[in-house]
Amino acid sequence: MNNEPERPGMTLIVKTITRLTVGLILLFGIYIVLHGHITPGGGFAGGVIIALSFIHLMLAFGKELALKKVSEAQASFFESLGAILFLSIAILGFVGGYFFLNFFLKGEPFRLFSAGIIPLCNIAICLKVGAGLFAVFVALVLLKGIGEKGK
Amino acid sequence: MLELYIILLFMIIGAIIAVQIKDLLSSVIAVGAVGLGLSVAFLLLKAPDLAITQLVVEILCLIILIRATIKRDIPSIRERSGWLAMFATLAFIGLFLLFAYFSLKDLPQFGHPIMRVANNYLKQGLKETGAANIVTSVILDFRAYDTLGEATVLFTAVIGVLAVLRRIGRKKPGEVVREDE
Repeated sequence: MNNEPERPGMTLIVKTITRLTVGLILLFGIYIVLHGHITPGGGFAGGVIIALSFIHLMLAFGKELALKKVSEAQASFFESLGAILFLSIAILGFVGGYFFLNFFLKGEPFRLFSAGIIPLCNIAICLKVGAGLFAVFVALVLLKGIGEKGK
Repeated sequence: MLELYIILLFMIIGAIIAVQIKDLLSSVIAVGAVGLGLSVAFLLLKAPDLAITQLVVEILCLIILIRATIKRDIPSIRERSGWLAMFATLAFIGLFLLFAYFSLKDLPQFGHPIMRVANNYLKQGLKETGAANIVTSVILDFRAYDTLGEATVLFTAVIGVLAVLRRIGRKKPGEVVREDE
């Protein structure tokens, strides 16, 4: 981190390890989200893990490459999309009677496609949390760069 | 039960180190150790959902704090050793302990919660929601309104951060802003 101004990112060792692990971290986050209704975990934890995989990329390779994958505007868009998705799932409950009614097919327990609206809510919360925390991190990092330039 | 007390002791020592140490980076790392201890404590109390969330959020907070503190020369906090401050601290600690004694006396014993509503959730949860993970079925079905409020809080926080820390403010009429990077 000391030679950050000359070239973006950390040393070659860190970059190689990151190239090997970052996909697995992203995959693990998606697994945690999709199996939130069967195993421990859920939308919040999985969303944070997905955000952490992008932050890992940004710490190792510098902010240009990470922002090329998901830009600040895209993160903001996904965050709002997650919020609207969650709220619309809640309002769709009025189909059967009341707010947050589990109107979907229940399915068979212990299967991936079960539990009605709960997996959909998990995905919405994952989008919201992951994109939101990534946007906060990007905002803090960019602010830091400007402060150093001012000095 | 013994290992839980060991973890709690470790967390208390870590918190004291985090408060007392002079170097800011070491203090942040001590806070991280306290958070990891809390995660292990959740695991020992058989709450894996909380343990996962605590671990992951702790890592994220630690990264942000280290990015914020490293290479940033924040002047160290000056020592304040006035007897008035010490007296006020002791008085408020005593007051807090007094109120805590009266208010926490009637709480249920550790490990023996009042199962009035939760009993119903545990019995009906799998049948009514179809989710095998009872925690998810509570937070996204029985108490989904709470989760909506939590999501709103997070949304507001993110919008607030993006509004305060934006790079380009509102333009004056006729002003040309050069957007680099």
